[in-house]
Amino acid sequence: MNIHEYQAKELFQRFGVASPKGLPADTPEEAEKVATDLKTSHLVVKAQIHAGGRGKGVFKNGLKGGVRLCSSPAEARELAQNMLGHFLVTNQTGPDGRLVRKVMVAESVEIQREVYFAILMDRETGVPVVVVSTEGGVDIETVAEKSPDKIYREKVPPLLGMQPYMALKLARQLEFSGDQLKAAAKLIQNVYKLFSTLDCSLVEINPLVVTKSGEVLALDAKFEFDDNALYRHPEIVAMRDENEEDPREVEASKFSLNYIGLDGDIACLVNGAGLAMATMDIIKYAGGRPANFLDVGGGASEEQVTEAFKILISDKNVKAILVNIFGGIMRCDVIAQGIINAVRAVTLPVPLVVRLEGTNVDQGKKLLTESKLPIRAAADLAEAAKLVVAAARGA
Amino acid sequence: MSILVNRNTRLLVQGITGQSGAFHARGCMEYGTNVVAGVTPGKGKQSFDGKVPIYDTVSEARKQTGSNATMIFVPAPFAADAILEAADAGIELIVCITEGIPVMDMMRVKEVLRTSKSRLIGPNCPGIITPGECKIGIMPGYIHKRGNVGVISRSGTLTYEAVWQLTQRGYGQSTCIGVGGDPIHGTSHLDAVKMFAEDAETKALILIGEIGGSGEEEAAVWIKTNLKKPVCAFIAGATAPPGRRMGHAGAIVAGSSGTAAAKIEAMKAAGIAVAETPATIAETLIKVFKN
Repeated sequence: MNIHEYQAKELFQRFGVASPKGLPADTPEEAEKVATDLKTSHLVVKAQIHAGGRGKGVFKNGLKGGVRLCSSPAEARELAQNMLGHFLVTNQTGPDGRLVRKVMVAESVEIQREVYFAILMDRETGVPVVVVSTEGGVDIETVAEKSPDKIYREKVPPLLGMQPYMALKLARQLEFSGDQLKAAAKLIQNVYKLFSTLDCSLVEINPLVVTKSGEVLALDAKFEFDDNALYRHPEIVAMRDENEEDPREVEASKFSLNYIGLDGDIACLVNGAGLAMATMDIIKYAGGRPANFLDVGGGASEEQVTEAFKILISDKNVKAILVNIFGGIMRCDVIAQGIINAVRAVTLPVPLVVRLEGTNVDQGKKLLTESKLPIRAAADLAEAAKLVVAAARGA
Repeated sequence: MSILVNRNTRLLVQGITGQSGAFHARGCMEYGTNVVAGVTPGKGKQSFDGKVPIYDTVSEARKQTGSNATMIFVPAPFAADAILEAADAGIELIVCITEGIPVMDMMRVKEVLRTSKSRLIGPNCPGIITPGECKIGIMPGYIHKRGNVGVISRSGTLTYEAVWQLTQRGYGQSTCIGVGGDPIHGTSHLDAVKMFAEDAETKALILIGEIGGSGEEEAAVWIKTNLKKPVCAFIAGATAPPGRRMGHAGAIVAGSSGTAAAKIEAMKAAGIAVAETPATIAETLIKVFKN
């Protein structure tokens, strides 16, 4: 799950992580008020969308940059006027851009030095790892490639957590000293507290800056949360912005379907995540392009299968559908009945190829044949892929 | 021979009175697994289906029944605790089927298990089966057949696909183990490969992997210098978009790491035969097995 920059700032405030002052605004008037309350002539107005590359983006109305500096509340209001309700196109949004519904107005700081700081859950070692680098403000993968010696990694003992001495050590690694050393160490400890309390899988602060007045501030941050732990963080779930998500995925999540939209034209419905990925792969191998990932899980109900079909056919790019089921615990006759009911409930606008295997497969196939529905049955996975690719091409 | 489980395995089921726990406990019993105890706090002294005694805690169950393996069906918010309880009671093999355990919880479990004698399989896995002897998990028993191929995989249905292909072609399995789809798990691909390497009955291996992490690469590096048995691999997720979690919590390409291409490359570099599609896993193995 992703969150907006202004929401990240709220979390920083809650955990005592210093960052520049700023608040979100839904209207130009609000933006002006926020700017007035900040009592500074160093202001920045930032479009709040989930996609990156905002600074270099261009609005469809011609405004250049989703992150703009200004020096008065009136200017902030005008910038907000030109951002709110307009589409921002960045290198990550695609050509349609993303509708800006909120801006953040914040104090802009004068930067003396930029460093990199991140905590991530390292799956190889199974412990949190802190990554720091004096090369801040640039993509860390670029630093890793060009000057790997500038990156320092330190494991955090899971049962102890971040101890004060570790935070000091890391702050020294980032070449902080004097009062700034203490401020940086405190910030590092507080970020770790946030990371572990909120079940993050990543908190990346890039850059962490020292301002000309000597403050140590988290300027920009990226958060990733562990979806498995969201049940115990309702305040994070409340930050979800469905406007930023693929509408097909929002719909699927209502029915607990594991769906990810892609840009191909062959839809697929599969039981099990591994087999669902493998099905996408074999479609591509057979010369087609998958339109989605969809795992209906081990115990999908008839209702879920019907809803899944509705989502698949709501995608106008879809030219054919492949159902690939390996019935283990899930019986093929039950699945077949689910498919038949679903196809009867929705008028099927495209060809459907079904491959069933496993428990009660013969009864399942019999049900499909007797239904007299226009379903093409495949004997195995390879044939299924061939049939569906041919069907998508109108064969 | 086989690895980890056989007819001497005495299984305990944590969460035996829950819907899934009960369903799959019955499935294992029907297959012939020796289920000796169930654990559900508050239901001690009751009996499951009139056949299996239920205990309040794992340590009581272990003391009374001598169980040496457990299958966990406890809901995700409480599953990490269930694993820790089993380890504390000294259960040798812990198979955790539960999906959706918070990573932070698994991190603490993993840390505790480093100094424990218990081995964890999973979580978020189909389980482990030695055909004809012992099934611990949710896999359909009948698709398996006893033989010489060891199968290691992260997922459920994709494994059934490979196993079924083998069985239909007359090739049986020594043991099939699902290591699970979560980013932090107990037994790794490499741990399983090493156990199969030492098992005399296992003459060939199938390794099924997917995007995310580097467990498959680690196994490949070890196989290259240490394993004399033929190996076939399949990696799922070549068409998965980066940065998206593909069903399994662990199946995600982060930046440039964990891609299917890198894993396939590592497999090929280790001399492993890589199946090009999921439909040709058994065929690919049989080809190298025969040579």
